[in-house]
Amino acid sequence: MKPAPFEYYAPTSVEEALATLQSLGYDGKVLAGGQSLIPAMNFRMARPAALVDLNKVKELFYIKPTSDGGLAIGTMTRDSVVEKDPLVSERFPIVPYVVKHIAHPQIRNRGTFGGAIAHADPAAQIPALSVALQARFLVRKQGGERWVNAEDFFMGPFMTVLEPEEMLAEVVLPPMAKGSGASYQQVSRQKGGYAQAAVISVVVVDENKRCKDVRVVLFSVGETPILSQTARKILVGNVPTAEAIAEVAEKISKDEVDPGTDIHGTAEYRRHLVKVLVRRGLTEAFERAK
Amino acid sequence: MAQTVKINVTVNGKQYEREVEPRLLLSDFIRHDLGLTGTHVGCEHGLCGACTVLMDGEAVRSCTIFAVQADGHEIQTVESLGTPDNLHPIQQAFIEKHALQCGFCTPGFLMTLVDYLGDNPNPTEEEIREAIDGNFCRCTGYFNIIEAVKLAAQKMASH
Repeated sequence: MKPAPFEYYAPTSVEEALATLQSLGYDGKVLAGGQSLIPAMNFRMARPAALVDLNKVKELFYIKPTSDGGLAIGTMTRDSVVEKDPLVSERFPIVPYVVKHIAHPQIRNRGTFGGAIAHADPAAQIPALSVALQARFLVRKQGGERWVNAEDFFMGPFMTVLEPEEMLAEVVLPPMAKGSGASYQQVSRQKGGYAQAAVISVVVVDENKRCKDVRVVLFSVGETPILSQTARKILVGNVPTAEAIAEVAEKISKDEVDPGTDIHGTAEYRRHLVKVLVRRGLTEAFERAK
Repeated sequence: MAQTVKINVTVNGKQYEREVEPRLLLSDFIRHDLGLTGTHVGCEHGLCGACTVLMDGEAVRSCTIFAVQADGHEIQTVESLGTPDNLHPIQQAFIEKHALQCGFCTPGFLMTLVDYLGDNPNPTEEEIREAIDGNFCRCTGYFNIIEAVKLAAQKMASH
């Protein structure tokens, strides 16, 4: 058998799952969709002592509208469900478009929205998407809960603020502001492959087409999703001209990303991609803003 | 003694009750425990798509699911599709369009496509390419597979 032995728990309620995580402490690892964890276990790169499988916890699979026009997504909602849900498309058209870029259909049938966030792969789409959309995460443990902003959640590659006894239970997406537009740009070597560089841009304009807010989030070019401060400094309060966008793209590619070199591309090439993708993304997002 | 868990799984319409170690992959359960060797195992880490089966009607990779997780669920493998005398239209289309050479990847393609064409009976070429982007074929160059999917869609529509 490929993976190393582990103890297996399959709770059927959140309460039971939290009690199990509490009693296991550092030995326990949550199993969500398993599309990253199980391959890592097959290689024996990951050897958790115990798995707490959430696939039988029915109360964690849902997409609910919130009264303010946002959405609450249960942590175990499959990517393919998010991708095809009409309410998600209506309220957040950028979400299914981004989710469609995650790996392949078979993986999206199994992979989960919350699992991707808790796993915190620096090359993954959903962590960056959650930062771009100012998502809030409900983190639960036995006898307690807390809310964490997406921006404060990711600590490093595969590292988050989650404690061993905690579980990400729900993702809340606040409504898109009036005058919003969004864009997703990525370059990968093949369809479904990891992005060599990618950027999610969400902008808000006022009635005079001036930029009120801009969130440019880059990923696969650093240890966590990177929320650009430069874009904000240059664009907020101004009309986003082609020159201003080009300046933002140039500065981000120089100062705000930290891509690595591997067999698929050099750091220099990835910086170049960042520059091109930010320019395309911001241009598209401002065109879409209404 | 390693922990074992009793599971109850329906595979191709037949119910099986087995004791398995939690670390047993669904792909190995299907091949070794049940002897259904039509499901092929390629990369064993979710890249190649050769081990694709249907779980409750949805295409998934059996190498990135544990057999214990199939407890209470329904699995379909390539053995459920057709018999040599009565092939499934997708199988027949693969033969007619020469959509395989060595055949190793074929069961994964077929199971991916059974799910896909069930939901999307009339796909464009671009959509077909997206539907099979999670399956590797190292022989054909994909061209004939795409032709076979188009033919299969026609065959299934006229069925």
